[in-house]
Amino acid sequence: MLTLQFVPYADIEDLGSARRVKKLLDLVKENKIVLMEGRLKKEEEADLIAITMEEVGDKFKGIELATLDMERKDKNFFRGFRDGLANAILGDRKGFTVIGPATIVKEIKKDPDKIQLFTDEKGLKAIRRKRKKR
Amino acid sequence: MIKLVKTFIAKVLKNIFRRKKHIRLGLYGPPNGGKTTLANRICQDWLGEEMGTVSNIAHETREIQIKEQVTIESKGKQLTFNLVDTPGIATRIDYEDFIKAGMKEFQAKKRAKEATKGVIDAIKWLDDMDTVIVVLDGTKDPYSQVNITIIGNLAARDIPVLIVANKVDLRRASVKKVQAAFPQYEVIGISAKLGKNMDQFYEGLFALVA
Repeated sequence: MLTLQFVPYADIEDLGSARRVKKLLDLVKENKIVLMEGRLKKEEEADLIAITMEEVGDKFKGIELATLDMERKDKNFFRGFRDGLANAILGDRKGFTVIGPATIVKEIKKDPDKIQLFTDEKGLKAIRRKRKKR
Repeated sequence: MIKLVKTFIAKVLKNIFRRKKHIRLGLYGPPNGGKTTLANRICQDWLGEEMGTVSNIAHETREIQIKEQVTIESKGKQLTFNLVDTPGIATRIDYEDFIKAGMKEFQAKKRAKEATKGVIDAIKWLDDMDTVIVVLDGTKDPYSQVNITIIGNLAARDIPVLIVANKVDLRRASVKKVQAAFPQYEVIGISAKLGKNMDQFYEGLFALVA
């Protein structure tokens, strides 16, 4: 069984960068796939990678990460203006971020308008075994 | 108004210091994109020596490598920089991948540990770069989050970027795909291994720094 944990932007909105990253990484380390409303700031994404690397070991192999922007590529002047306005109001709340543990998520492909998640059967079996033992 | 004056002074000071010291030119990208192969090509072209070792196994470069005072020339102009080759940035490192590539377990675990440290160092060094060449494997999907995160972080820091779509000697390579993924940047297709299109690369570098 795969657990998809939805994280509304309101849950991280008031957190500082370090706590935001920690909250997301803690969920991923529980073998959950995080579906977060909105995006991290670019510097926070880099922090997430750096902190993930600090935690990599025999059991935790890292993360797979993807963000999906909701902006249209084929925008005209009015769409551009509307998107600009939405950006100003919503900021990082726009789009979605998917983060999964590398042991379960082999690869995330962006098309760029859709996200495809390729799972690792070996990793999934290991988690099933662990849950049965509990 | 005060903010405008402050920004102006900061820009002037930055330009003065940029002129005084040598530019720090960083090579960034995911593992196995060909950063060290490009660093070697640049060093071979202008210094007649190599900079680092390359391998088909990912994370061969696990420490920051610096070659100081590399001077290149193009159309009568000269440019001197300190070339910084960085470890590939990745979101996952699995020692079992290195075992699959033929390494013994203890070697694989050691390499994985060094590789994680290398990624952290590469991210820390982002703030110290004046200009960055992002080296992408032209045969791979350019929309990977690592590529987007690297380029986004450079943009957030206001660091000039030139994207290189490497390995154009391979059939699967597509410079167009890389251009479509990052339309706001100049993308130059090269083969660092065979030295293909290096003149265009050097011209692009001059245009970026000048």
